[in-house]
Amino acid sequence: MSVGKIFKFHDDLDTDQIIASQYLLLPTIDEMKVHTFESLEPEFPKEVRPGDFVVGGENFGCGSSREQAPRVLKALGVQAVVAKSFARIFYRNAINIGLPVIVCKELPDAVDSGDEMDLSLTEGTAAAKGHTYPCTKLPPYMQRILNQGGLIASLNKEEV
Amino acid sequence: MGQTIIEKIISRNTGKPCVAPGDIVTVSADRVMLDDIMIPFIVDKFQEMGFDRVWDPDKVVLIYDHLVPPSQLDDIRHYKAGDEFAKKYGIRHIHRSDGICHQLMTEAGYVKPGDVVFGTDSHTTTYGCVGACSTGIGYTEMASILGTGSLWVKVPETIKIIIEGTLKEDVMSKDIILRIIGDLGADGATYKSLEFCGSTVEAMSISSRMTMANMAIEAGAKCALFTPDEKTARYCQTELNPFQKSLSGDADAVYCRTLTYRAEEFVRVMACPSQVDKICEVSRLEGTVIDQVFIGSCTNGRLEDLKMAAKVLEGKKVSPYVKLIVTPASRKVYEEAMACGALKTLASAGAIITHPGCGLCCGRTGGILCDGERVVATNNRNFLGRMGTSKVEIYLASPATAAACAAAGKIV
Repeated sequence: MSVGKIFKFHDDLDTDQIIASQYLLLPTIDEMKVHTFESLEPEFPKEVRPGDFVVGGENFGCGSSREQAPRVLKALGVQAVVAKSFARIFYRNAINIGLPVIVCKELPDAVDSGDEMDLSLTEGTAAAKGHTYPCTKLPPYMQRILNQGGLIASLNKEEV
Repeated sequence: MGQTIIEKIISRNTGKPCVAPGDIVTVSADRVMLDDIMIPFIVDKFQEMGFDRVWDPDKVVLIYDHLVPPSQLDDIRHYKAGDEFAKKYGIRHIHRSDGICHQLMTEAGYVKPGDVVFGTDSHTTTYGCVGACSTGIGYTEMASILGTGSLWVKVPETIKIIIEGTLKEDVMSKDIILRIIGDLGADGATYKSLEFCGSTVEAMSISSRMTMANMAIEAGAKCALFTPDEKTARYCQTELNPFQKSLSGDADAVYCRTLTYRAEEFVRVMACPSQVDKICEVSRLEGTVIDQVFIGSCTNGRLEDLKMAAKVLEGKKVSPYVKLIVTPASRKVYEEAMACGALKTLASAGAIITHPGCGLCCGRTGGILCDGERVVATNNRNFLGRMGTSKVEIYLASPATAAACAAAGKIV
């Protein structure tokens, strides 16, 4: 993991805002990703760089079960999503596709868009603006899926 | 120690004497539901995982509802992907134009009390109306279940919601669940199961219970459960076995929270733009001018909803410049609403009646709105951009309230 720039969003950010329904039928995630956060931050797909972070508040990713939401973030190179809490389906989907989703109660209120952040998954910490914040570690079962690169890699590994 | 409904269902499914909240267990799926939006992605992932057969094709139900009838060329691609997959793997339960997935899964008899069901749509919580543990998942997990028949879940804590008494005449179960979501907050039930009980809930129709189970996800819930009773048995065309009859919360079960309501205290409410937990009494919004009304969806497109709308609009006309769009939840509902005269009343009042399906709820077809427009709708989400542009204001309400607003041309 390395240093990346923060893009910060509000509480209860729903998956319709991450990727709107009208784009879900585009044939590929690459065609969808240019519409990420279109209603809130239309410049996001152009401005985000591989390794950057999305930071949310409470209940990040609520709403629809669309797996396209974590997928477009991953396709744009987002290193991890750090939020105070996550909606259940988004959380599972993100782990399953290998996108780290990190619960950190204190950091989101202390940072703004444009700030830099350093995330250490092994230490379980996120650092920004000279402070280091503890993150909640994933349950071992989920950490294993994430370590193996997502559910497909994990399933294929079990079969071997 | 006593168990909650969800603990009983998961214990039975996994063959364990009991389970406790926080346990991670692997459950077997009794049914799965695949919808038309997600099907090509499910097929891709299924192939990527290298499975050569579906674990049990009879347990798989494929439903085309968001894209019916197709309005864009991409929609047809999804039909083809679904049809090819079903043919290749021997999936027989396919509905191409019979209605919304969450209506059909119980209406067509695919889900029984006590079942464990997964679907690729967040409103899969709906089947809790008959006492089934059902929840939404992503398409990669669905592909994995199609190959293995199982999924890991964390046993959720339960929030018990007790409602006692008799509702006022103009209050519907939609008003109840909106109020509860307002009280819990959009994440108040995240990772948790809701369990509804009390005399008000017992007196409710299955349709009214469906509305509440459907919207549980708007408070983040994993599932929302009602105790199966004689009404459930009739609706599911089954006789309840001892396990199904046991699906109520034990007196000594452990709940993480209990909410108690008096039915008489509920009033008509709306969820205001653009959060489902932003609840306001209708009386405080009166006079707000509207452009459109939508009565339909898996939340409120059933026969009792259409009958209620027809009762309100009997002998009246939809206000000039207001479009009233009515979308029955299924073909069966459509036919019944036709037979009882509800559709005729609504059409005479000036309603645009569309084919059964998701319709306007997912903002893809039939009545999308533009900047500055305001809609009163009976579905479950009012997120930005849900029904057109991100500058559309969506107010969620019961069918009774929505119909009254259509006649008045404003919130009443």
